[in-house]
Amino acid sequence: MAKRVGMEVAIAVAEAVGMCNVDVAAVYPITPQSHIAEHLSDIVADGRTDTEYVTVESEHSAISVVIGASGTGARTYTATSSQGLMLMHEILPIVSAMRLPICMAVANRAVSGPLNILNDHSDIMPQRDAGWIVMFTENGQEAIDLSIQSFKIAEDPEVMLPVAVNIDGFQLTHMVEPVEFPDQKAVSRFIPARKPYAMLHPDTPVTMGAFAMSDIYHEMMMVKDEVLKNSKKTILKVWDEWAKTFGRRYKPVETYRADDAEVLLVTMGSMGETAEVAIDELRKKKVSVGLVKIRLWRPFPFDEFRHVVRKAKLLIVTDRAVSFGGPGGPVHAEIKAALYHDKHRPAVHDYIIGLGGRDVRVSDFVTMVERAIKDRRKSAVKDYEFYGVRE
Amino acid sequence: MKKAKKWPEAWHEVNVGAMVFEPCSAREYHTGSWRARRPVWDNTRCIRCGLCYIYCPEGCVSQNALGYFEADLNYCKGCGICAHECWPTAIAMVEEA
Ligand code: SF4
Ligand code: SF4
Repeated sequence: MAKRVGMEVAIAVAEAVGMCNVDVAAVYPITPQSHIAEHLSDIVADGRTDTEYVTVESEHSAISVVIGASGTGARTYTATSSQGLMLMHEILPIVSAMRLPICMAVANRAVSGPLNILNDHSDIMPQRDAGWIVMFTENGQEAIDLSIQSFKIAEDPEVMLPVAVNIDGFQLTHMVEPVEFPDQKAVSRFIPARKPYAMLHPDTPVTMGAFAMSDIYHEMMMVKDEVLKNSKKTILKVWDEWAKTFGRRYKPVETYRADDAEVLLVTMGSMGETAEVAIDELRKKKVSVGLVKIRLWRPFPFDEFRHVVRKAKLLIVTDRAVSFGGPGGPVHAEIKAALYHDKHRPAVHDYIIGLGGRDVRVSDFVTMVERAIKDRRKSAVKDYEFYGVRE
Repeated sequence: MKKAKKWPEAWHEVNVGAMVFEPCSAREYHTGSWRARRPVWDNTRCIRCGLCYIYCPEGCVSQNALGYFEADLNYCKGCGICAHECWPTAIAMVEEA
């Protein structure tokens, strides 16, 4: 078994990416992702990986550089956060349409304004429909594992799609956690060199990213949807292989003490671990409650989600972003849509929590659960509310 | 080498990433069908300066054996830039029938 080390998660992510034989990386530093950019450039400068590290003047350039590089058949990596991701936004749907397997870390941070550097999910949510595979991590080990897996998933010939690995800014990126690195040889075996479908090369002329009008655009969007949905099969296959090789199993939807629970709390990202402690406390008070953690946000694991909540009477969803003027949080909207056709659908209560880095403690999760249960008894389940907002 | 497919295809037949493997296949796209007006040359006024050839954004103007210019109507979009730039006014834009 590999040795456990204490390491800051952002540094650990850079170390993991350094093990992946990346050909070209273009990472523009932005808080709280900067330690990934800095440490990866250290790894390259120290000659520990044969990677071309392109210094760029913006995130728009970073993603554009890796598009070009990926088109030549290179394995590519970038990372960003918040405003940087918003600046990349214009390019993101192009990456997926061109079927370029770019891997990216998003150190989740609240978007401006007002300017705020702390954690929530308001940066990734506006990218929801860009056609990327989007995953969330809960701790440092997952950030390492998913960063490595993302190359195998993205480059699989059945997928050929970009992957965004979400790592909560500060809450995760800046934590020093006990992590273990897989053996370099095993990683190299797990992700052999990329075999590109096509390459920009003078000997094999190809046009990538050509103009397409109404006579073909519509079909292309259907392809994008189908390919993304279909990628779940490969994701499951890769997670299975990961479990067999490295011993840690990943699932699109994970649960904690959920099997017999009448009430299920739903989280996505690093708050899952805090919520687990709250579940333990509530269980001690004989509350029939469990936890559901969404790992895979796109493609959304509808079947897996329905399966884990099939016996629940109340779902308490937590959202780290707001769809302003809409249904509350985006996770809440997704879950309601997923359950619409079910005859015995549970009541769903959405709490918007932890915006702009607002701390959410174990006691907060306990309060949320107890209050939602009380509301349900009074048949006063609210669509959504901003938990803990000062009134 | 991947084979170029007939285009446009059904959604499941679209090339991966809508890549195009056949060089110069844009030639098959006859943009001339967009045209509402066509350029008509009056060679008695033409001084063969070649400005129409230079300015045509479509690149569809070429010089013939006599040194005069003409548009390939398969691609001419009828934008009228050639007529606008031709200072001896040798080109007229005429409504398509
Ligand atoms: S711009 Fe006018 S004058 Fe010059 S070559 Fe063209 S048609 Fe002739
Ligand atoms: S009308 Fe426009 S497209 Fe046609 S020949 Fe003149 S400049 Fe070219």
